[in-house]
Amino acid sequence: MRSRPESWLYPTERGLYCEPGQFHIDPHLTVDRAVITHGHGDHARSGHRAVLATAETVEIMKVRYGADCAQSFTTANGGQMINGVSVRLVPAGHILGSAQIVLDWQGTRVVVSGDYKRKADPTCAPFELVTCDLFVTEATFGLPVFRHEPADKEARRLVASLAANPERTHLLGAYNLGKCQRMIALAREADYDRPIYLHGGLRNLCDLYVRLGIDLGDLRNVMDSTPAELKGALVLCPPSALSDRWSRRLADPLTCYASGWMRVKGRARQHGVELPLVVSDHCDWPELLQTIAETGAEEIWVTHGREDALVHQIGLMGKRGRALALVGFEDEGD
Amino acid sequence: MQRFAELLDRLVYTTARNAKLKLLEDYFRTTPDPDRGWALAALTDGLPLRLPLRKTLQTILEPHVDPLLYRLSRDYVGDTAETVSLLWPDARDNAPPPQISEVVAEVSSASSREFPRVLEKLLDRLDVKERFALLKLLSGALRVGVSSRLAKTAIAQAFGRTVEEIEEAWHAVSPPYGDMFAWLEGRAERPDPGRKATFRPVMLAHPIEESDWQSFAPDEVAAEWKWDGIRVQLCARPGDVRLFSRAGDDVSGAFPDIVQAFAHTQGILDGELLVLRDGAVASFNDLQQRLNRKSVTGKMLQDYPAHIRLYDILFDSAEDIRSLTFIERRARLEAWYERFRPSLADVSALVPFLAFSDLESKWQAARESGIEGLMLKRKDSPYLAGRPKGYWYKWKRAALTIDCVLMYAQRGSGKRSSYYSDYTFGVWKTQDELVPVGKAYSGFTDEELLKLDRWIRTNTIERFGPVRSVRPGLVLEIAFDAVQPSSRHKSGVALRFPRVHRIRWDKPVHEAETLDAVRALLPS
Repeated sequence: MRSRPESWLYPTERGLYCEPGQFHIDPHLTVDRAVITHGHGDHARSGHRAVLATAETVEIMKVRYGADCAQSFTTANGGQMINGVSVRLVPAGHILGSAQIVLDWQGTRVVVSGDYKRKADPTCAPFELVTCDLFVTEATFGLPVFRHEPADKEARRLVASLAANPERTHLLGAYNLGKCQRMIALAREADYDRPIYLHGGLRNLCDLYVRLGIDLGDLRNVMDSTPAELKGALVLCPPSALSDRWSRRLADPLTCYASGWMRVKGRARQHGVELPLVVSDHCDWPELLQTIAETGAEEIWVTHGREDALVHQIGLMGKRGRALALVGFEDEGD
Repeated sequence: MQRFAELLDRLVYTTARNAKLKLLEDYFRTTPDPDRGWALAALTDGLPLRLPLRKTLQTILEPHVDPLLYRLSRDYVGDTAETVSLLWPDARDNAPPPQISEVVAEVSSASSREFPRVLEKLLDRLDVKERFALLKLLSGALRVGVSSRLAKTAIAQAFGRTVEEIEEAWHAVSPPYGDMFAWLEGRAERPDPGRKATFRPVMLAHPIEESDWQSFAPDEVAAEWKWDGIRVQLCARPGDVRLFSRAGDDVSGAFPDIVQAFAHTQGILDGELLVLRDGAVASFNDLQQRLNRKSVTGKMLQDYPAHIRLYDILFDSAEDIRSLTFIERRARLEAWYERFRPSLADVSALVPFLAFSDLESKWQAARESGIEGLMLKRKDSPYLAGRPKGYWYKWKRAALTIDCVLMYAQRGSGKRSSYYSDYTFGVWKTQDELVPVGKAYSGFTDEELLKLDRWIRTNTIERFGPVRSVRPGLVLEIAFDAVQPSSRHKSGVALRFPRVHRIRWDKPVHEAETLDAVRALLPS
């Protein structure tokens, strides 16, 4: 007999809990046993006893939190059984090492997708579709106004602007894990081969990507560079540094921001962005709907983002949708 | 449409005035007629189209978007045109995007029943930026941070003219302004305003500087009061009377009483628009009740009676007398007034004086309601467009100052975007409650800005997006022109033209001003 998933998988105050397996998925408080989808701070936290994740995610956690950020790490390798539950990590296409967690128990299959996207990304393995009974999805861009532009086209716009404004430093705000390295790789694919300069907060993870085999070309530190070198150069920094004191050292900077939020003018203006690039590591609305349909799942749980709109849409698609009230996730993800 | 869409997109993300001008100039120089003319119309007076846009959008969106999802989207985006541009399905039609002229032709020839279908077909031919541009065009309000004046300045600069020349030609032309562009490109004569009541660029004054006093003798200048209303130009022709703001915007609709009072006159006059009760000038706040309205109610006319105090005359009936001297025009103005005797108007009196010391005591005493200071005009000055040097001076009465406490600071924009440079300040309502009375952006040096920025960052209590509240710990001495009642501020008052006069790093905050003391400065 097949089991109803909510009888063995449910949210607790620590995060989403698999009862027969006795583990949490992406818990936001410390637990005995955690399965981690990917390395972003709102999914991977330090201090758990045992962590199961992909090899890349384990490396990322060690760089961000230190080698002893969990008592033990298990690198997921194909499928494994945890207390009788089959647990398989399958690429989610979000960032390097990101995985969907595929759970099989008593004839029911659940896919917890974590964060994911369907579009190509030179810095990580592509999303693999797994059909299932219950699909757990994010809804960061869960409104029909969100349609991301092709990332290579946005990268070419950035490179064209660099060529058209040789006097102005292009200061590109991008998340330090994933977006930063993807934008660098995209710029390289668009034939931008000059040195790219990094804010101090981006260095370690870029080095890790390179160590894990992602070619990012000539990377230099802003800190070690002269103002003359930076003139007309491409400089990457975390979004929080875009309008902070840090940026004052740059001559007449042209502020760029790579994010799915840049689709909406008000959001771009709020950050004082002159060149908004609509590039996201999350699904846009059509991709969310496409994936929900393709998994074949009859039941969809929506974790974080704009749950109300997506749950409504799932109802229109004739499926059961439910907003999971999980605490600890950042709405602003991307 | 593609070029216009690109222009709007760039303007949305450009904050610096010069960068906006450059984008506009490039567009007007390189875009063919008639599209650039329609674009100019959209940036200035609006396209001459009247459409049930909101209702139509609802109708045509229904098959594409669930109503709840539309509402959630609209709430998130905050702008209907942008929301629809984002929601509309991409590329359903391979036809090339239309030119603006094609849009205007199709939309203006469509009946209200055909309009939804026409709009749908247009949207299908456009990408997301172009859809945004189309809907902004049709909505009549672009809201991309370009004033009508800025667009005209761009036209002037693009073709090596002054903005006054554009203003003067403006009333002789209509969208898409083919004859104006022909003149600007040297292919035709300048368009003639002909028989229409037409705005002529006004003459403006410079603030008087210490060194200016040596450049004229007391008998070479005339003095008059500087009234605290808005500068207007009244253009009267038989059957056509119009009132323009000093920027050339037609504000006649809000002042039918004035238009009526001048119906029997002919000429172009320069004056100050005021609210006058029993011969006394009411506060600027009263005048504001009458401004920015397309039409007014009878009650408004009664409660806020408008009046024009005349300063100068540009056309005596149909005769252009701008090249006469100030004194000659003044005599013509007085004679004109005697001839027509329009009600709701008088001639602003000259202030007699023998020596400048004499004038200074009058200036010092000038703090009664409705007087902003004195004007000094060279008696030999012709009436010139713009702000020519060396003819007219404004001598504003000394500013008032009060000590206020810094309450909130907001990030600036453009070059100042990494600095907290916009300051909301308040005064004590009770011993421990501050209430805001105004906001200032200027009056400090770059060095002081750095210091203020540092102080704000170390004294922040809370952050709300780009705004920080700070602990009451810094006194700003604020200079301002007047106190006026305000429903927008919790304090019930607001300062007019506030700027930072001094930063009182030394002063304890409890010594800052009280609300009662500020209220005492309200005009009675």
